[in-house]
Amino acid sequence: MPLDVQEGSVEAGLDALDTPVNAPEGSRVRRIAARVLPPVGAIVVLVAIWQALWAAAFWPEFKLPSPAAVWGQIWQLVTSGDILELFWVSVHRAVIGFAISLLIAVPLGLAIANIRVVRRGIGPLVSGLQSLPSVAWVPAAILWFGLNDRAIYWVVLLGAVPSIANGLVSGLDQVPPILPRVGKALGAGRFGGIRYILLPAALPGFLGGLKQGWAFSWRSLMAAELIATSPELGEGLGQFLHNGMSLSDISMVFAGIVLIFVVGVGIELLVFRPLENSVLRARGLTSSAH
Amino acid sequence: MTAIVDAPPDQLTPVRFHQVGKAFGSGRKAVVALDGVDLEVGAGEFVCLLGASGCGKTTLLNLVAGLDRPTSGRIELNSSRPAVVFQEAALMPWLTAAGNVELPLRMAGVPKAQRRAKAAELLELVRLAGLGDKRPHELSGGMRQRVALARALASTTDSADAGKPSLLLMDEPFSALDAITRDVLQGELLRIWRATGTAILFVTHDVREAVRLGQRVVLLSSRPGRVVQEWDVDDAPDAVDEINTALRKVISSHAA
Repeated sequence: MPLDVQEGSVEAGLDALDTPVNAPEGSRVRRIAARVLPPVGAIVVLVAIWQALWAAAFWPEFKLPSPAAVWGQIWQLVTSGDILELFWVSVHRAVIGFAISLLIAVPLGLAIANIRVVRRGIGPLVSGLQSLPSVAWVPAAILWFGLNDRAIYWVVLLGAVPSIANGLVSGLDQVPPILPRVGKALGAGRFGGIRYILLPAALPGFLGGLKQGWAFSWRSLMAAELIATSPELGEGLGQFLHNGMSLSDISMVFAGIVLIFVVGVGIELLVFRPLENSVLRARGLTSSAH
Repeated sequence: MTAIVDAPPDQLTPVRFHQVGKAFGSGRKAVVALDGVDLEVGAGEFVCLLGASGCGKTTLLNLVAGLDRPTSGRIELNSSRPAVVFQEAALMPWLTAAGNVELPLRMAGVPKAQRRAKAAELLELVRLAGLGDKRPHELSGGMRQRVALARALASTTDSADAGKPSLLLMDEPFSALDAITRDVLQGELLRIWRATGTAILFVTHDVREAVRLGQRVVLLSSRPGRVVQEWDVDDAPDAVDEINTALRKVISSHAA
């Protein structure tokens, strides 16, 4: 070995060789196209099949509306501006319900994860509640609170709280045991350990729980709105769907389903997906072929 | 803990074991991991703890680090908080390299500007200056382990312990690395040891590593872990062969 190798240069060379190399990403347009085209294509195929079935007239018009008729319903809502009220009534309920669920579920999840008695006592109960469809609470909620917003929020809470709490618990359970140990060796006390190590380490699992919690609260809200209809409650998407059924207007029913779907998926795509992606990417948990 | 208050700091022994024993479980099913261990690490001394699997090396380190308590005997600790480097780097994946080094300072309530400066200084020490913004997954295994070393060193800088000798505990820190990286990092560790003057208690199962790094090598037996023999490596040229023979003897005693 030549003696003129500089001190530290072997190490620098190793660092250069060993550092993980990220494959260069394609152009921005191409990446977006690769993401957007497949789902758009799938929707186009579905609508085409629907159109073909409708054209073949297997079912009478009052059972299967044409895509054009459903689009007409939606377009009418858009041009009359009614769609804003439908969205506002439902989405603001869902957001408020979700926010209250969050306030209840986080302390609950922390208690279940950290206190053994609580885990044994109410852990199974909370997991069990998750598999109980929250629609089941609608009759009780109406009897307790009457036909008002409180009944609706009650149903949403029972849908969302268990899944958010469970998400937090499983996030905390999946923290590699070495991390709290390292934290302790670095001088973390009980609360420092929770604040600086456990909570950030549990974040990916917790975000998964939030996403599921949102899906559950949206679902529960629609079920509640669909069953609990009253003029005092204002008209949300669930009531719109209910009205479609009362009027035997199948294209209105389909339009209601499409709109509920669009809001549920839209919020997931606009809020939760980017949040989750940024957290996972920062930790190197995403594969590049995403 | 009874520190010898009168002795000047440079003569304080960072850690001293008095007949330390550790058993897991109780009654007849108890597993004795350590039994009657007497050991001391002098200020600025580099001691390698050598043993086969099940010799309680890691247990012993955990006792010094305060992650576990001895069941008998006592450990006299006169150092500032021991810095610990584990076999895995175990960096916090949500923090950058610099963020990881700053973490112990943040938990100790050190102001931000001071934290920044200290982290930059320590990253410089492990030759990672300028890479503070990288995330753990963007670093190689060797680089991660160096960040872990810098982070451990940051955890000892506690103003309340000023004047006490520092102590670095390392639990097979290089065993998961490839041969070249290990070789380079061993050299780096020696450089850092000389630069900082910290005492090091280094656990390994690799005789060559122990002899290359340590001033003193302590061989532990397995189940229960007891101190079998010690060598001052500096004045024993055939140390590797001699220690290898002793280690083989310890291992083959378990063959039956």
